[in-house]
Amino acid sequence: MVTIEIDGKSYQAQAGQKLIEVTEANGIDVPRFCYHKKLSIAASCRMCLVEVERAPKPMPACATPIMDGMKVFTRSTKALAAQKAVMEFLLINHPLDCPICDQGGECELQDIAVGYGNDTSNYQEAKRVVISKNLGPLIATEMTRCIHCTRCVRFSKEITGVPEMGDPGRGEHMKIGTYVEKNITSELSGNMIDICPVGALTSKPFRFSARAWEMQQHNTIAPHDSVGSNIAVHTRRNKVLRVVPRENEAINEVWISDRDRFSYEGLTANDRITSPMIKKDGTWKKVHWDTALAYAVDNLKQIDSKSVGALASPTATVEELFLLQKLMRGIGSNNIDHRLRQVDFSDQDQAPLFPYLGQAITDLENCEAALLIGSHLRKEQPILNHRLRKAGAKVAVFNPIDYEFNFPVAAKMVVAPNNWVSNLTGIAKALLGNGLIPTGMQKLLADSEVTEEQQAIAEALQTGEKRTVLLGNLATSHPQFATVRALAATIAKLSGARLGYLPEANNTTGAWLAGAVPHRKAGGEAVVEAGLDAYAMLSQNLKAYVLLGLEPELDSCTGSASCLEAADFVVSLTAYKTEAIENYADVILPISLFTETSGTYVNAEGLWQSFGGVVNPTGSTRPAWKVLRVLGNLFDIAEFDYVSSEQVRDEVQALVGDKKPSNTAGWQVPTCLENMASDGLQRITEMPIYSGDALVRRAEALQDTLDADVAGIHVNPTVAKQFNGSEQVQVNGASLPLVLDERVPDGCALIYAGQIAGTWHGNVEVS
Amino acid sequence: MSTHTSKPNAATILSEESRLKIDTWIVKYPTDQKQSAVMGALTIVQKANGGWLTTELMDAVADYLDMPPISVYEVATFYSMYELEPVGEHKLCVCTNVSCMLRGSEEIVDHLNKKLGVNLGETTDDNKFTLKEVECLGACGGAPMMQIEDEYHENLTPEKVDNILEKLENQ
Repeated sequence: MVTIEIDGKSYQAQAGQKLIEVTEANGIDVPRFCYHKKLSIAASCRMCLVEVERAPKPMPACATPIMDGMKVFTRSTKALAAQKAVMEFLLINHPLDCPICDQGGECELQDIAVGYGNDTSNYQEAKRVVISKNLGPLIATEMTRCIHCTRCVRFSKEITGVPEMGDPGRGEHMKIGTYVEKNITSELSGNMIDICPVGALTSKPFRFSARAWEMQQHNTIAPHDSVGSNIAVHTRRNKVLRVVPRENEAINEVWISDRDRFSYEGLTANDRITSPMIKKDGTWKKVHWDTALAYAVDNLKQIDSKSVGALASPTATVEELFLLQKLMRGIGSNNIDHRLRQVDFSDQDQAPLFPYLGQAITDLENCEAALLIGSHLRKEQPILNHRLRKAGAKVAVFNPIDYEFNFPVAAKMVVAPNNWVSNLTGIAKALLGNGLIPTGMQKLLADSEVTEEQQAIAEALQTGEKRTVLLGNLATSHPQFATVRALAATIAKLSGARLGYLPEANNTTGAWLAGAVPHRKAGGEAVVEAGLDAYAMLSQNLKAYVLLGLEPELDSCTGSASCLEAADFVVSLTAYKTEAIENYADVILPISLFTETSGTYVNAEGLWQSFGGVVNPTGSTRPAWKVLRVLGNLFDIAEFDYVSSEQVRDEVQALVGDKKPSNTAGWQVPTCLENMASDGLQRITEMPIYSGDALVRRAEALQDTLDADVAGIHVNPTVAKQFNGSEQVQVNGASLPLVLDERVPDGCALIYAGQIAGTWHGNVEVS
Repeated sequence: MSTHTSKPNAATILSEESRLKIDTWIVKYPTDQKQSAVMGALTIVQKANGGWLTTELMDAVADYLDMPPISVYEVATFYSMYELEPVGEHKLCVCTNVSCMLRGSEEIVDHLNKKLGVNLGETTDDNKFTLKEVECLGACGGAPMMQIEDEYHENLTPEKVDNILEKLENQ
């Protein structure tokens, strides 16, 4: 610790800290533009000049390390003169267009100009004008306003890891931008809007819709990936206008993904349904809540409860999921599930309490070696990917597609899904002898061979002390998930790594804890006789279904709603009404979306985060927990009289108690290690980043990004030869454009989810 | 048939000769700092392309040196010796900085303007000459001066300029 004096007062600070960090920590205001605590130091704006005793010239506080006994003056005549001079220079080329600028009212330049600017300028010459380039559907540009702080450039290089922004040109002619007109591809790009201190980069979807002082800020939790990013929702007159990050160093730092930032557009989608409806004789009509609820209950009561299935979206809150399972179990059925994209449930009884990350989110950035199995991490969980990227660890990847990562990959294997087991076995075999594993597993591994590639992955994973093996979406949805899990656990054990799951949705973990699985009650206690899992429910025709926040035809890996269409009775608790829902549902109970309800999400590290409603429910929609509560009452289920979501949450929390998931124990030794047979073109299915749930599917701006441009059947050029150069290919009866994609392995076709009916796995019929 | 966007392939865009020349620059730097060769590489590629750089070529250089394209654009736009628009067969770079100005660079520029019928920054109709104003090239001892290709021409007078142009015309 050293002692320094700022404006006549003494402060203790860590040696090596920059002056601006000390002033920041002690609430002393030093104006700045280019400095940002998460970015490297540029010291290019010079706004933070302060006077330091015995220094001949003013020093930039952001780039000056403190020294013991240093005396600093932030408001002396000399400091102020320097700051005012810099301000005058910064304003030389900045247009005076605040009234038509979206940043007006929340602009760092505007604020600081009030304090340090002059009412006249010595500059009489022409101002610089920069023609803006289109950066895509998310970020609006007005580059004449740019003051060359380079925050966006440093963000692009240092945080997104895909340098797209730069500062081409020199001096007066320097123009911040991409040089060539292109859409920014980073999944974290929206943060550039926040860090831009002026109105050069603003939010395109939000543009010109409100002034900062007209809006209220409400704190809540992001509803998409399993990070549980802390966000603030800005509203005006009961309407959500935008979403911005809220700082939480342990979770999302100061960033959020574009998905969390722009998905709010889906809240007001055209197909939002705002009043209850029932279908009688094929025609839909609006009814009162009482009528709709009674109609639902009366019809469900007539069906044997074992023939009723409930499917819930893992984006629903803990409270909703808990009440839905309580309702189902109350009527005598264990048919409840949220694992819409899983096929193999054979080891579900051994599974850990919930798919746990195996560590804290912050641990990811300290790991030294990692193996990703079946994960397009960048797009699945952008913030976790950012943590892993920060770690600078040796990362090995094992994927069905040769995804591009924004960090160096130490070793990689691109393996067709049917060959995963033998290849993971090889990796495990290469590590054999390093640790203790069950003898059954040891025996299974004994005869396998190790290839060079497998060896390379094993070696990469043995770097350093802190290691982790992570299972992503493509692993969870693999048809041999139980075996993959067992091999991953074995690899983790043998390499001394922590095994972690990357749960798909914001509340996948919460769904497990709330008992939204057929084999366990809330709190993880096993049921006597497990109900049907999601895949079984959607492939065996049940008589009735209850859906919560789902569009199974898009959300499920069966890729079809045929069971729903064949069912006698379908109740859909949904926020949207689509043609498909109209087709199969008999009752629509319109529910509120995440900003309109209170609730709780549990993130990948098991952190419970509750939030309150931000705006009133749209139209006659009701928070789903209230709808489920009334349904419970109508079924006369005992102990169903909840008056608040907090009461529900407390009950679940009490049931969970202090139970902790054990990833090391949560698997079983498979009976054999055999690959799947495959003799045709194998389908690989990835859920596109902006299609994962009903809300984001309706976020228009996100749907215009390159990441959402996923139409087609992707095959590598060798496989493409069999189509003799045709542009369109018939796949399972639908016509898809053919896309040449070097990332896809031989014998496989990548078809993003949601394009064609039919299961995500196995062979596809092409012609 | 569309293609999933992949990086440009340097091997198909840059000629083998260019790549071999770039390799001689790459070996001058530590193996993990290939990008240090970017200036040499751009010079080679520009020369092979008739004196200017296309975005495609810059992307190819980026691929070859394993660096982000934007970093190559930054270098190419920063330095005045890289051209991002087509130029004439001969690029006349006339220095107009202090020393040259004091020694009569304005007269040289005027003379060139008249003789070639183009202003600074323009190319003659026959695509033979591009006239360009540059900052100090470090030959103040021989001011006024201009650079043509890799050669410095110093102590310029209008007559001397005429001789130089005549020689270039007759090449």
